[in-house]
Amino acid sequence: MSQTITIDPVTRLEGHGKITIHLNDQGEVENANFHVTQVRGFEKFSEGRPFYEMPSLMARICGICPVSHLIASAKACEAIMSVRIPHTAAQLRRMLNLAQMVQSHALSFFYLSSPDLLLGMESDPQTRHIFGVVGAKPELGRAGIALRRFGQHIIELLGNKRIHPGWVVPGGVTEPLASAKRDEILGMIPEAYANIELALRWYKQIAETFAPEIEVFANFASLYMGLINEDESIEFTDGALRLMGARGEIVADGITAAQFPEVIGEAVEPYSYTKFAYYKPLGYPDGSYRVGPLARLNIAKSMGTPMADGELSLFKQISDDGPVQSSFYYHYARLIDILHGIEKIEMILSDPLILDKHVRATAGVNRLEGAGQAEAPRGTLHHHYKVDENGLITWANLVIATGQNNNAMNKGVLQAAKHYVKDGKFTEGILNRVEAVVRTFDPCLSCSTHAFGQMPLAISLVSAEGEVVDRVVR
Amino acid sequence: MSTSVDVKTLLIDGQEVSARSGQTILEVAKENDIYIPTLCHLDGLSDVGACRLCVVEIKGNNKLFPACVTSVFEGMEVTTVTERLQKHRLTILEMLFAERNHICSVCVANGHCELQTLGQEQGLTHVRLPYRNPELPVDASHERFTLDHNRCIMCTRCVRVCAEIEGAHVWDVMGRGIDSMIISDLHEEWGKSSCTRCGKCVQVCPTGALFDKSKIGSDHPKYPDFLPNLNLMREAQ
Ligand code: SF4
Ligand code: SF4
Ligand code: FES
Repeated sequence: MSQTITIDPVTRLEGHGKITIHLNDQGEVENANFHVTQVRGFEKFSEGRPFYEMPSLMARICGICPVSHLIASAKACEAIMSVRIPHTAAQLRRMLNLAQMVQSHALSFFYLSSPDLLLGMESDPQTRHIFGVVGAKPELGRAGIALRRFGQHIIELLGNKRIHPGWVVPGGVTEPLASAKRDEILGMIPEAYANIELALRWYKQIAETFAPEIEVFANFASLYMGLINEDESIEFTDGALRLMGARGEIVADGITAAQFPEVIGEAVEPYSYTKFAYYKPLGYPDGSYRVGPLARLNIAKSMGTPMADGELSLFKQISDDGPVQSSFYYHYARLIDILHGIEKIEMILSDPLILDKHVRATAGVNRLEGAGQAEAPRGTLHHHYKVDENGLITWANLVIATGQNNNAMNKGVLQAAKHYVKDGKFTEGILNRVEAVVRTFDPCLSCSTHAFGQMPLAISLVSAEGEVVDRVVR
Repeated sequence: MSTSVDVKTLLIDGQEVSARSGQTILEVAKENDIYIPTLCHLDGLSDVGACRLCVVEIKGNNKLFPACVTSVFEGMEVTTVTERLQKHRLTILEMLFAERNHICSVCVANGHCELQTLGQEQGLTHVRLPYRNPELPVDASHERFTLDHNRCIMCTRCVRVCAEIEGAHVWDVMGRGIDSMIISDLHEEWGKSSCTRCGKCVQVCPTGALFDKSKIGSDHPKYPDFLPNLNLMREAQ
């Protein structure tokens, strides 16, 4: 009985991501779709594997946010084991997740988006990348590179590996924190503050010049979802989910990982491999929501750290009625996230129990089903497993951030395409703007494979007769 | 009386060495610090010649001989490194990798696996054979240990240690050729078998096929060197 599972993103997707813009008889934009891959294969080939192997298996989904998968997966396993992990283990994981958020956001903001923001949407694509940024504004480029290294180095110190640390396991972590490592991380913090402050200052100077983009970059009402603590402060690793409505009203609160499948549904659209998550009581597409930095800042009352709280109150002033709606503000939210991450890491390291040796709980299979959730840099991540009585996986389902932002990305692309594509043609600058809308969400496809801030992306313009009238691939 | 009848003199890689009658080429080579790669052999267990990684050439004979089960004779001339041997060893390793499902990056044994180490040491850069990707079960029924058939290379070390050292003889081989499988008792689940939970099989397994559940995510080195010591102590009794 031999079988072959081939996962070939290149044949399944042209250039990893694809945008199709449909024109009507008058040559105006009628519809637009953004298509992206989702790693469904992982759910299939985890069947039959021991559940305690899942964190390291699932972390392979992504080279940028493996830590969030590790954590969501370990939490799902802990639900199966019915254990509560030691306090120190929870704190260490929280720190690991924050470090990953910092490095991932640094990649998104500085490497992928700052070229547009600094050099301009219409600037020469040949130099519109991080090296172009370093050339034009060295201190900004360097700050970004340093912040990325800050996050990566913490991951490396904690997990002994930069990309796929095996340190997070069902029940906690495998090794306690050594005091030398704590001191090393503490030593890196002042520089990290200086770098994020520089970036925040710069962002505030240039934000206004992007008023036209802010207007049309996925700027519409939607629901927002993310994790928060009981005191309504932002949370990345524990806590429960809150869903906020378009006017800032709380639609649902305290959603645990176990309740998630009751509340969130996944719809299928014929043009995309990715599912479209929605809030069940409102149905699809009305129940579509956004996740990630913008959503987290919208739903949280506070950041729980002093400097980030200062920034949060400025952020909240952007909109005087309810949540901040334009996805352009994902950029700003990302910077505030980073600031919070650094502050929080510092706080966690001063926890008197942080060097405690008790970091792992053990147990066998005590329940046949378990779910776990965490915030990945780009939004809520949900892992849900079923096992047999020996703990072998019989079924798995993952809901990732990109699936939850899918509807918003599609709407955002349509909004921008309608605004920019005028006479049935587009220029490189327009292509870049439409792409930049997608980039604000920092979806998973903008992953390690792409070089210097360019998303491997194909855009097709399709006439009312279904003919491809223009096409750009890069 | 002379004891010379019991002593054999032979050449291994041009080096003159002496041996006691009945010793294997592998034993003599080890005594003289001459390295021959092995996989199914383990000091302290009987030899079965299952993996054929230890093949050597003997002058005057065109066949290849497994060093772990070939006895020395007077005047023997053994060569352990030739292009032909290298090719065979590499092919064996490739076949082992292609036979079942080895995904080192997510394997408990990653970094502590004898198969993996041999692959690196023998310069295995890719597998030329098509992977068979068989669909194989995982036996996780035991409270403490797991058997993942996907990573088993049928070296039968577990069978031998359990029968010869522990005396429980839980493990055995079922089926033939490429379809053969390790089974516990009469093809019972491991958790329901007569296993004594001593863990010896886990320690001697060269790969990630047998592992300790609590070692997931941590380093999982194996400690097979307990065997010769255990044997020594038993002999002394
Ligand atoms: S048993 Fe060894 S060779 Fe096989 S997957 Fe594990 S580490 Fe790799
Ligand atoms: S389970 Fe391990 S020790 Fe037993 S035959 Fe397979 S590889 Fe060898
Ligand atoms: S070590 Fe000699 S045949 Fe395996």
